[in-house]
Amino acid sequence: MIHYHTYDALVVGGGGAGMMSAIYLSRASGLKTAVISKLYPTRSHTGAAQGGIGAALGNLEEDHAEWHAFDTVKGSDYLGDQDAIDVMCREAIDVIVELEHMGLPFSRTPDGRIAQRPFGGHTHHHGQGPVRRSCYSADRTGHMILQTLYQNCIKNQVEFFDEFQAVDVLFNEGRCVGVVAYEVATGDFHVFNAKAVNFTTGGFGRVFSTTSNAYANTGDGPAIALRRGIPLEDMEFYQFHPTGIYRLGILITEGVRGEGGVLRNDHGERFMERYAPTMKDLASRDVVSRAINNEIKEGRGINGKRYVYLDATHLGAEVIEKKLPDIADFCRTYLGVDPVKDPMPIQPTAHYAMGGIPTDINGRVFADSRGTIIPGLYSAGETACVSVHGANRLGTNSLLDLVVFGRRSGIDMARFCAESDRGPLPSDAAGEAISRFERLRSGTGKENAGKLREELQITMMDNVGIIREEAGMKTAVEKVEELRRRYLDVEVMDKGTRFNTDLLEAWELGNLLDLARVVAVGALNRTESRGAHSREDYPKRNDEEWLKHTFVRQTEDGGVEIDYKPVTITDFQPKERVY
Amino acid sequence: MPTVKLRVQRFNPDVDREPRYSEYSVEAEPTDRVLDALNSIKWYKDGTVTYRRSCAHGVCGSDAMRINGVNRLACKVLIRDVGNEITVEPLLGFRVVKDLVVDMEPFFAQYRSVLPFLVNEDPTPDRERRQSIANQERYDDTTKCILCGACTGACPSFWADENFVGPAAIVNAHRFIFDDRDHAAGERLARLNAREGVWRCRTIFNCTEACPREIKITQAIGEVKRAILYGGVTS
Repeated sequence: MIHYHTYDALVVGGGGAGMMSAIYLSRASGLKTAVISKLYPTRSHTGAAQGGIGAALGNLEEDHAEWHAFDTVKGSDYLGDQDAIDVMCREAIDVIVELEHMGLPFSRTPDGRIAQRPFGGHTHHHGQGPVRRSCYSADRTGHMILQTLYQNCIKNQVEFFDEFQAVDVLFNEGRCVGVVAYEVATGDFHVFNAKAVNFTTGGFGRVFSTTSNAYANTGDGPAIALRRGIPLEDMEFYQFHPTGIYRLGILITEGVRGEGGVLRNDHGERFMERYAPTMKDLASRDVVSRAINNEIKEGRGINGKRYVYLDATHLGAEVIEKKLPDIADFCRTYLGVDPVKDPMPIQPTAHYAMGGIPTDINGRVFADSRGTIIPGLYSAGETACVSVHGANRLGTNSLLDLVVFGRRSGIDMARFCAESDRGPLPSDAAGEAISRFERLRSGTGKENAGKLREELQITMMDNVGIIREEAGMKTAVEKVEELRRRYLDVEVMDKGTRFNTDLLEAWELGNLLDLARVVAVGALNRTESRGAHSREDYPKRNDEEWLKHTFVRQTEDGGVEIDYKPVTITDFQPKERVY
Repeated sequence: MPTVKLRVQRFNPDVDREPRYSEYSVEAEPTDRVLDALNSIKWYKDGTVTYRRSCAHGVCGSDAMRINGVNRLACKVLIRDVGNEITVEPLLGFRVVKDLVVDMEPFFAQYRSVLPFLVNEDPTPDRERRQSIANQERYDDTTKCILCGACTGACPSFWADENFVGPAAIVNAHRFIFDDRDHAAGERLARLNAREGVWRCRTIFNCTEACPREIKITQAIGEVKRAILYGGVTS
């Protein structure tokens, strides 16, 4: 059964970016807005962010937006676009104050201001030493942002379609005219005709076997866009967070190191002193993850195993219980380890996509590397690539990205909706989405989605992980192609219409496969090391050839096409990156 | 790997007249989560078994269910904590949509009824409003709520009366009532003083035991009751 709806603005995804844009849309008079979310919005993965949100408030020591911008550019290994970074770091101060006014319960300084702590890669005077820039609510900052934004959506009476899975985006004569969604509870399809659509669907960490990401993080937005001919930018840059809980991949915030925690190898050595003499444990994430990887490779993992220790025992019970209570709870629950008394076993975990749907600083999506705007299509948050993170994101900049660009996209959508009429739907709008679902119900049954997903995740982890080289990446590209072929033989077991999560998981696997392919192809193509993309066979950054963004596109015949876009450089010329 | 026996309550209103149980044997380490065992059933044995899940580490609130009769998050309880024979059932007091999935809409409606947002219509200052550490700590505990429903689904008063606003909504009211930046405590207290408000709570403590975030729910409800009785939140 197909239902039809008409709106002005649609937001796809109920996390931080989506709800921030929805709040701004709800303030514009006369706009009919809805948020479509595959989860109840409070389940979104923004809520798992822990350590903080960066802004040069200067509440505890001197700080400047310009320093924040320098750190972000350097952190990005000079691949971030400096006009966008400048916008983000300047608006950071105002947007944090706005969140506080919305009710966000920040931790406080003794004089009642927003508390701040050090975080990886955030420095004073362009790299002279750590600065307290991360604004936080204990170690549940993302939870508090998600709750606060949801609360304000309720206050502003934003309309939600909870547990509606967006499955396609609709175009007519080059402009975006709506989306198709699948209602989880009933199995019905819904066609939403709108003037503007914002894709804020989060990340795709589930392409890897060890990840901090939720099961829901299957890159639905970028995958839908890719299948409709939209290019994706810088997909080869995927961040591995240094400190995931051993084997489980659950995130242990960088805030632990911000509060003074240190990494130690099997000899008890604080090994980051060797890799980053100034910033040590607070070097940026790509640097720390590679260091851990190297310690393990050279046999200095704990008891020769694939983990090292994150030691917070010297911080004392008071700091841990008050500033890092969730971390303490995770360690006790999943490891039986009490971080007050014992070091935490950690290993790097797949964490964040720097790449995504290419946009300008107002969230407007680019159709190509020349910067042609697609009227009515927007994207923000982890789904999008503005690009403020370039080749490596700094901690605290993801929450900042999603509120700043969630807000900017909401403001620009409101303007666009006021100026534009609604384009007509294409004929048989839901047809393609429905046939994709039908294939999964009526496949040959030779293949099982769970097994394919497992093979995909292991392939990507082993070959397109922290350290990469040509042979491994070629293996990955071939394997992903094989899995994409085998995917056509998947048949789900649950044939019903009611709350069919078997069907949804199989559909999500299709998204992971399409995204894994462009990640692997992009990585193989980039013959240098930059930020999170680190190659044994090309260990140096190569600005002459590669100071440019990758644009990858899925062609009509199902192939992959690569194109490039220059990096925007304003204040900071590329130089060697040392922490 | 040791084998674990999982009994899963099944119910699909499209085909079943009443709930039934399916039994599965799965291999699981003692340190695996109950959610891992459910996933291995769903992915490799029986794709029709239906439940919600997302973050898998106790912060998103999707997978609250009864595990051996106790409300828990399936991702926050390990096999070794519950033994090798495990029964999983949907939360009590909610309409079952399918298997372990319950209709959360009435739960969120109760949440929305307590004005779960900061009300302060004063002109906003250029910078953050100041709040002392002590005043922030006054409501800090109740900001941890993830709206999983484990508390409300454990409350005998709620089982007896589905119109009772329930512990989760009171927790979220508390979060704003005791926030000194907020101006709508009176309105919230008036709503909670109504027939289906806090007085349906009989201080049974099931909610506090069920909370995966270890929020002191019964204490928070007690503070709300006292604020109503003594007319204010200054205590």
